[in-house]
Amino acid sequence: MRVLVAMSGGVDSSVAAAMLRDAGHEVTGVTLKLWGGDSDSGCCSVADVEDARRVAQQLDLPHYVFNLTAEFDDRVVDPYVAAYAAGRTPNPCVECNRSVKWGLLLERCRTMGFDALATGHHARVVRDEGGRAWIARGADAAKDQSYVLSVLGGDVVVDTMLPVGDLTKAEVRARAEALGLRTATKAESMDVCFIRRDERTTFLRSRVPQAPGPIVGVDGAPLGEHDGVAGFTIGQRRGTGVAAGERRYVVDLDVGTATVVVGRREDLLRDRIDLVGLTPTHDPIPDGTSVLVQTSAHGVPVVGTLEATRVHLAEPRPRVAPGQVVALYDGDRVIAGAYAG
Amino acid sequence: MPTPIVVAVVPVAHGPGAVDLGSARGRLPIDNAAHRLKVPVAVRRAGVRRGIGPYTPDPMPPADPARAYLDHAASTPPHPDVLAAVPGWLADHGANPTGMHTAARAAKRALEEARERIAAVLGCEPGEVVITGGGTESDNLAVKGTVRAARQAGDPDRTVIAAFEHRAVLGAADRLAREGSEVALAPATPSGTIDLDRLAELLDERVALVSVMTVNNEVGTRQPLAEVAALVRAHAPRARLHTDAVQACTWVDADAYAEADLVAVAGHKVGGLRGTGALVVRGGVHLLPEIEGGGQERDRRAGTPDVVGALALALALEGTAAARPAEATRIAGLRDRLLEGLFAEIPDLVLHGASEHRVAGFAPIGLPGCDSESLLVLLDLAGVDASAGSSCASGATEPSHVLTAMGVDPGTAKGALRLTLGWSSSDRDVDRVLEVLPGIVRQLRGGA
Repeated sequence: MRVLVAMSGGVDSSVAAAMLRDAGHEVTGVTLKLWGGDSDSGCCSVADVEDARRVAQQLDLPHYVFNLTAEFDDRVVDPYVAAYAAGRTPNPCVECNRSVKWGLLLERCRTMGFDALATGHHARVVRDEGGRAWIARGADAAKDQSYVLSVLGGDVVVDTMLPVGDLTKAEVRARAEALGLRTATKAESMDVCFIRRDERTTFLRSRVPQAPGPIVGVDGAPLGEHDGVAGFTIGQRRGTGVAAGERRYVVDLDVGTATVVVGRREDLLRDRIDLVGLTPTHDPIPDGTSVLVQTSAHGVPVVGTLEATRVHLAEPRPRVAPGQVVALYDGDRVIAGAYAG
Repeated sequence: MPTPIVVAVVPVAHGPGAVDLGSARGRLPIDNAAHRLKVPVAVRRAGVRRGIGPYTPDPMPPADPARAYLDHAASTPPHPDVLAAVPGWLADHGANPTGMHTAARAAKRALEEARERIAAVLGCEPGEVVITGGGTESDNLAVKGTVRAARQAGDPDRTVIAAFEHRAVLGAADRLAREGSEVALAPATPSGTIDLDRLAELLDERVALVSVMTVNNEVGTRQPLAEVAALVRAHAPRARLHTDAVQACTWVDADAYAEADLVAVAGHKVGGLRGTGALVVRGGVHLLPEIEGGGQERDRRAGTPDVVGALALALALEGTAAARPAEATRIAGLRDRLLEGLFAEIPDLVLHGASEHRVAGFAPIGLPGCDSESLLVLLDLAGVDASAGSSCASGATEPSHVLTAMGVDPGTAKGALRLTLGWSSSDRDVDRVLEVLPGIVRQLRGGA
């Protein structure tokens, strides 16, 4: 097959490219230049492009760079800022996967006549008896990335290859080491690629007009002041500046009145999650279907029941911030992705 | 009468590995061969030539005969005569030309001969040629050096550059702006030349430097530099005129930039070597050096001069100039056949810039409904080396500021492709593009 491999400059996509090459595919590497501004982490700096290019050279693969900075701004950065401005907590990596990698890049990949798009995500593509393709959890439970791919529809999963999903991270590094790739010991990217470490609030405040407002308790009692709601996330514990005898959590945000509501952990608990943008991988999911629900990248899945656009949880769980991705599984297999409403 | 140089030859110890100076003993002038460093046997056997020899205009097939190279504007391969001469030059001129001793003087002599020959081709005095590390450095030295000198003297330091200048000039001007100088961009016309009326509006006695390239590097349009110079003299009497002639020196004679005070050229665009360029600094132009140190190049560019690069630049410039009348006709013929063939298959193909201004080697086209990056990938996989226009450090394709300045709509600019021909181009290259590009365009338009 003619396979286009998205090479981020990290160890996983380096090994993915090597595995596809060794499996006899005609492999072409591509690295996306996504962010033109400052950043010290993630997957789109000039240094990362150089790493990806060097790995492709070592593997003797053709390698190209696509400049999608303008599209990344439009499709990922601007919506990210707008979401925070609206009091939601977006997941830009998921959005990048959905609209850039499996959006623009897959479109180009198909237009150029490639048979598949591959990445270095720790997840697997599995096919059912009917030949339909699904995203499933990777072999390394601790590194599983199926959550960030959960909003991809079956129409794009079908053209997707995730070769490292069958390996543990240790095995990936061992393969990179054996091949002498410079990315073998490279640290993982843990942060949003367009924001410098620990500078999320600074980044947002430079882009979203901020108004000071009150911090109140769940009973409405004033507890303090803040200088802007952007950067507050429902469920967060630190940073409210409220001194109290017990731990306080942000339990609600009202952007209209710039109000931050704090409360105890019990005040956060919910027995259901309302969903928006529910995207089943294939057919609509019948009401009453029992699902496993995961609400963060490495969160523990919990049991729930899907009813239309709402998941009822078997046990109450801390509220999921609006905008966060909610992945629904049947066993190890993703059957839908959505966003918390 | 010049005093003859007297050389005292001191006997040296003849240990194992020592250079044998015996053959040089008592002879004048110095035989450079006596100071030759060890040259690999294979190179010697290949019959390496020394000195600036004649130029052979015969095209040589590119390195990989299976591929077609259409990116001469990015870098044209070193001419075979340069390739043949370089190992010998490296061997002969290993000494630092700033030294006093015999070997140093040999290198210095080669450097000055090269400088004279470069000056002869570029139409200036030898003392006006500064050897630099390439076109970008030459542009930086011209733009920043001149404006900073004006600023240091307490004179006005306004800078006016064409909106479609090479990024070397844009970057240097941007630096000046960040240092507090006023920088104005002179707009382009849709035909790809500078808008002279709008330029005139930007000129007054506050202007220290005007920069307008001789031939644009993306669309190959020759600029009306004589008119620009006349406007500058008339409206901006203090201003120096700089021109980036990096693309031009392949295609046009020195007359084209004779009116400019500063002229930048680069070795690897004319069949010389990457990493060497020159800046013509005509008499009376004062500039501050960019690179400080030992005061080489008459205090205009410190650092040990690149003797071999200068020799290569001289040979390549001479050869290119000598071959130009025939080569321009031959290459324009290839280019026109390429364009006609493409038009026949792709009727909505766009040609950027006006044909009457375009130099021979350029085929700057737009392919509506395609994106440059996908075009380049498929062309490369099909054996054609091409580019879209300019590249950033990461290798990603940037939106073209040149096409934007010309008013090309963003949709058309997105499908820009720069096919450029040069001395090694042949019918085979044209055939290859005609064979694969129409199919690639159909594929990207979804009709494959």
